[in-house]
Amino acid sequence: MIETNSIALVFFAFLLVIGVAVTVQRNLFAASMLTGIFSLVSAALFTLMDAVDVAFTEAAVGAGFSTVLFLATLALTKDTEKPGVKRPFAATFVVLLTGGALIYGTLDMPAWGTSEAPIHAHTASYFVTHSITDIGLPNIVTSVLASYRGYDTFGELLVVFTAGTGVTLLMQRKGLFRPGALAIPPKSRAPYVREMPVVRAVAKTMLPFILLFALYVQAHGDFGPGGGFQAGVIFATGFVLYGLIWGPAKLQPIIGGRPVQGLMASGVLLYGGVGVFCLLMGYPFLDYSALTPDHPVHGQHYGIFLVELGVGITVSAVMLIIYFVFSVRPRVGRGAGELGP
Amino acid sequence: MSIVETIMQYIGAALILGGSVFCVIGAIGVIRLPDFYSRCHAAGVTDSAGAAGVLFGLCFMSAPLIAFKLITILAFLWLSSSVATHALVQAAYARGVRVENPRVKDWTHGQETSAKKEGEA
Amino acid sequence: MTQAAHLWHYWLIIVLGMLGLWVVIAKRHYVKKLLGLSIFQVSVIMFYVSMGKVEGGTAPVYLPGEDGGVDLTAAYSNPLPHVLMLTAIVVGVATTALGLALVVRIREAYGTSEEDEIAAADRAEEDELHRQELAEEAL
Repeated sequence: MIETNSIALVFFAFLLVIGVAVTVQRNLFAASMLTGIFSLVSAALFTLMDAVDVAFTEAAVGAGFSTVLFLATLALTKDTEKPGVKRPFAATFVVLLTGGALIYGTLDMPAWGTSEAPIHAHTASYFVTHSITDIGLPNIVTSVLASYRGYDTFGELLVVFTAGTGVTLLMQRKGLFRPGALAIPPKSRAPYVREMPVVRAVAKTMLPFILLFALYVQAHGDFGPGGGFQAGVIFATGFVLYGLIWGPAKLQPIIGGRPVQGLMASGVLLYGGVGVFCLLMGYPFLDYSALTPDHPVHGQHYGIFLVELGVGITVSAVMLIIYFVFSVRPRVGRGAGELGP
Repeated sequence: MSIVETIMQYIGAALILGGSVFCVIGAIGVIRLPDFYSRCHAAGVTDSAGAAGVLFGLCFMSAPLIAFKLITILAFLWLSSSVATHALVQAAYARGVRVENPRVKDWTHGQETSAKKEGEA
Repeated sequence: MTQAAHLWHYWLIIVLGMLGLWVVIAKRHYVKKLLGLSIFQVSVIMFYVSMGKVEGGTAPVYLPGEDGGVDLTAAYSNPLPHVLMLTAIVVGVATTALGLALVVRIREAYGTSEEDEIAAADRAEEDELHRQELAEEAL
């Protein structure tokens, strides 16, 4: 245990240093990259805490997609922050008070890592001991995610869908999704990447493998870390790589059309449709035993496959649309053209 | 544990140690080297030699399937990190980051001015 | 001292979270605030995940058992916080994207992303409206 704890301490020290660096760094490009590194180190820490699925998601989302998103925003706004902070003493007081109260609260918590903690007592121990007979999948996290707590996951998927719709509504312009609307490429923000033959060749080589890996993660989520959420983000990241190197105008014919918007909704519909089908068969909502009533465990397998597919489709479509609407938006307003020569 | 396994463990440990040494060298280089380009080179040492040592060492210590996965990771890492460094240095060069090592002729500066002259002409 | 030996994971995670919270409160640039928010979010996720850790346990994927089945006697970490936090990460990036879209729109409307400049612009506009009203009343 000493070894794990000392590794954890090293990672915590990294996280603190990176966090302070993000705080003091006034160049927001650098701060965004540091936040990506923060996510990657925290993913390593999640692995140390046995949360392999969470680590996988954090590495794909935090270090991959969300960094690109922040950089895309900074390309549209100003990339340096004004010096000075607002009401530093009040902020420090509030933060110290909150932190002190939280630490005081932890004094009543059971020791870290003890197996007698109340959190392990009720449903969690049932999941660990019974999910192999109820559902029959080796990965307990997938069983809980898609079957035992399928309602939760459906709600989260709806939140992702709503956020995707909200971003589209906020950023949409006339003709954004019409094929050929971007026939004249928008003024390039990073002309150099597109001129680099090495980068283009390697990206072209890796792209099919990235998409294949996403499909593997989607299908293998029943047996190891993975599933719809991770696969959706990785699938979208493949296209984001394409868009970063060849420019949004090349990406538009592939993902800019109505079909991607339709996919965004159809994943949610697939998930909800499985639930409604269960209802129609006379079972509770999202009780997948309804799919094959004479063999409930098989029904669970089919159900989990279908809802994970729905999750993967919606998540990848939402991520693609979010990246797309950010990348094609022209830069307007004061200080336009500050970035790049 | 058979004698072969023990030897494999020792080879693996030695490789991991070697990889770690390269990581430390890379870290020192990032801090000590004078300008952006040479610091990129030092960071590249961490990515290529350091990661290769650690991953090959782990290959010697693990089952064949896991070793295959580790080698796949290494192939991906070599491909992606070297290309990333390439793109980074190209972007820095395009934005006119200078070479500040006194022992190296500042070819960036010369190139930039000649490009400017061409632009003016 | 004994409590420090048992609880320091939680304390370090709280310190990280408070760092993010401070950025959200004290910094004025909206993108910086969202960066602080994502640090805060990671630390909250880490707090949940660390509660699910069982010392000496393994990841919640069944290990193969002796008789061809699965090993139910091994110690597995708690899968429940993993499930909740896994979805929270993806929801988090979707909502961050919404926040960034708002930042872009605010920037297009006000020409800045700094909070105090936006507040000053709002105040100036209100003062102008107030002055116009006074002028109309005077007429």
